[in-house]
Amino acid sequence: MSDHEYTPKSKVGKWFNDRLPLLTLGAHLTDYPTPKNLNYWWTFGGILTFCLITQIVTGIVLAMHYVAHADLAFASVEHIMRNVNYGWLIRYIHSNGASMFFLAVYIHIFRSLFYGSYKSPREVIWIIGLMIYLLMMAAAFMGYVLPWGQMSFWGATVITNLFSAIPLVGESITTWLWGAYSVDNPTLNRFFSLHYLIPFLILGLVVLHIWALHVPGNNNPVGIDIKKPSKDTVPFHPYITIKDAFALLMFMIIFAGFVFFSPNVLGHSDNYIPANPLVTPAHIVPEWYLLPFYAILRSVPDKLGGVILMFGSIFILFVLPWLDTSKVRSAVFRPIYRQFFWIFVLDVLMLGYMGAMPAEGIYLVLARVGTIYYFLHFLVVLPVVGFLEKTDPIPLSISEPVLSAGAELSLAKKENGKI
Amino acid sequence: MSKEEKKVNRRDFLFTASYTVGAVGLGAVVWPLVDQMNPDKAQQALATTEVDISQVEPGKSITVLWRGKPVFLKRRTEDEIEEARAVKMDDLPDPQRDEDRVKEGKDEWLVMLGVCTHLGCVPLKNKGDYKGWFCPCHGSHYDVSGRIRKGPAPKNMEIPKFEFVDNNTIKIG
Amino acid sequence: MEKFSFSKIICVILIFLIPNIIQSAEQTDPIKVNWSFKGLTGKFDRASLQRGFQVYKEVCSSCHSMQYLSYRNLGEPGGPEFSEKEVKAIAASIEIEDGPDSQGEMFTRPGRPSDRFKSPYPNVNASIAANGGAYPPDMSVLVKARPGGSDYIYSVLVGYEDPPVGMVLDDGVYYNKYMIGNKIKMSAPLAEGIVEYADGTETSVEQMAKDVTTFLSWAAEPELEERHKTGVKVIIYLVLLTILVYLSMKKIWSRVDSEI
Repeated sequence: MSDHEYTPKSKVGKWFNDRLPLLTLGAHLTDYPTPKNLNYWWTFGGILTFCLITQIVTGIVLAMHYVAHADLAFASVEHIMRNVNYGWLIRYIHSNGASMFFLAVYIHIFRSLFYGSYKSPREVIWIIGLMIYLLMMAAAFMGYVLPWGQMSFWGATVITNLFSAIPLVGESITTWLWGAYSVDNPTLNRFFSLHYLIPFLILGLVVLHIWALHVPGNNNPVGIDIKKPSKDTVPFHPYITIKDAFALLMFMIIFAGFVFFSPNVLGHSDNYIPANPLVTPAHIVPEWYLLPFYAILRSVPDKLGGVILMFGSIFILFVLPWLDTSKVRSAVFRPIYRQFFWIFVLDVLMLGYMGAMPAEGIYLVLARVGTIYYFLHFLVVLPVVGFLEKTDPIPLSISEPVLSAGAELSLAKKENGKI
Repeated sequence: MSKEEKKVNRRDFLFTASYTVGAVGLGAVVWPLVDQMNPDKAQQALATTEVDISQVEPGKSITVLWRGKPVFLKRRTEDEIEEARAVKMDDLPDPQRDEDRVKEGKDEWLVMLGVCTHLGCVPLKNKGDYKGWFCPCHGSHYDVSGRIRKGPAPKNMEIPKFEFVDNNTIKIG
Repeated sequence: MEKFSFSKIICVILIFLIPNIIQSAEQTDPIKVNWSFKGLTGKFDRASLQRGFQVYKEVCSSCHSMQYLSYRNLGEPGGPEFSEKEVKAIAASIEIEDGPDSQGEMFTRPGRPSDRFKSPYPNVNASIAANGGAYPPDMSVLVKARPGGSDYIYSVLVGYEDPPVGMVLDDGVYYNKYMIGNKIKMSAPLAEGIVEYADGTETSVEQMAKDVTTFLSWAAEPELEERHKTGVKVIIYLVLLTILVYLSMKKIWSRVDSEI
């Protein structure tokens, strides 16, 4: 893993390091050569680590006071908000933390899409990242069920009913998921158990994600391979740590703004009404971060088709490294892809907006157009543009970002081949 | 001081300031996470318990729950009071007069937390070498005043805050 | 060089905000009240909270429960801040069912500050039966449970009007300008002079609606004042640390010939 042999200075350190090379790992992490041209979009990895730790710590605390029982869950959340010392603070950090986590992960993913970080040799990093994203969605969904408000209950009902679309065994699977004949106390209990488990699975995958990253090293805004260590790189500490810290603090200011001054603005007021199996709220919507997928689900007039398309919209991302046929990573040098990238961003935002609107009239039409375009982007645009696009000249190294007009693309490609 | 040195000093000051301010913030974050485990506001405001003692015969006792712990209310006989007051202070590991453990004028009523001061078990009544209480966990003997006489417990059983609302009612807490 | 730019993102966000603004203009917006507790340093008006509690106690509490509040909350900082004596007196004026006693019987006793607010009905079904099929919702978190929050609650309280010509209402259904769907099963709860304020404040419907809404807003968010106070401190701290870290970062990166 390490590029150089590290020997601890102290005798004790050496004794320990020979048996468990934690100090070598620490030295590797601090010295890790990082491209010096990383921009602020690259700070979201660190921010996401912060989000995960925050969610785990506040979550463990909340679990000390929360009661996972259909009759007591809502009351126990109110108990946390009213009686537990700093309970309101910890709960608001946790509930808004989920939104901040997704905000950060979306920026992280779109950064990867723009700069081509998912391409060879980083496909495994990308796939592990998607697994983390899937687990995040599962954790967020189950966490939203726990307060046992109206949105919790009906959100759980609608999402678990997705599985009933599976032919033949769908009904049995749904009943099995519920542990009852509707979303009920057994469902709440198992969701709590899984909600507690998943973050630790995510933590494990994060370790793999970073491990896989440290093999080829970071991509960078120019998208070319760099020699490491070299004059194109800086040691991770203190250069990247201080920059990550600065970006994290900016992020925390926004986070604190939500927690202290509008803690409920990202939630839904219906979730402060206790769950009632007899009355469905007029307008069920998932949390904002799941809206684009909700829009895709509703845009298909067929139950099974909607479910397949919704899951397909995520699973298509797993094969993205092989759908994008361009060898050039960064969109900075891909004039055509760049345009399509922004159209895609708009498309996802539009889908999100349609997910929040009632599924009727013009909203439904636009959601359908958005859904079709979503898949066209991956299945048609990416493969075709990769073949047809004439990319801009690529610099040979980060240190000379401005390339003389006559430089050959082939030279850059040759550079790409090296490690 | 040369220009170069000044520059270095300023740099050091910046880093020290950043680290210090950061550490202060981290400390401030830790406190809510620790304090949340302390008794919450509902626990702190937990109701006082009022006990009806009109049915208790001399020599008998009742046990009630207060703040999750048993409280023994014993109506002692004249003999028992005399016995408790005859004990020499030198014989007590935790010297305390029986008079100081009851309310003046209501000497027959012993109200105490039924928790062994060793490791928190509930002692059995009318057992042990001193006819008071005996803790079966590790063998502590208490007398009729609830004072420790023998065994590993270091202190007498605790007297909670209580008052007589009227002749038939005791309010604990 | 083409960048992953902020300006584009802001444009995109604006495009999506426009239909939102247009759409919200179509509904009957709740009346915007200038609440003292809104804003970064907003605080509750104590006198209004105390009057609001009186309105709740004398009017609302005959149908609406507030099961997540305890009488002790009335004396806690950031709330109506009744004195300890007043809180005890308020609690003692309520008969609370307790038990079972040593004979296994339930009994009633005067309330204590640690007791929860007494509910008007023993259970939800009883409240539905007593109110013509409509369940008077628990008011502990009512303000947080309605889009529009405090403004909406206030608007409904003052929004009773004669139905428009041509609209036929069933028995026990009333017209309300701001209620979602305009139909409400609660008759106008407030009428001028229905309570008598000890501090001599006029008891107009608007004043009482404002007071009781303030009280309900506090009930839903009893942590609001502490939250605002802590929030200001936290943001100031974070900005300060951000500046320090920014300067440190500039220093560190000055060793490298690269822009940050």
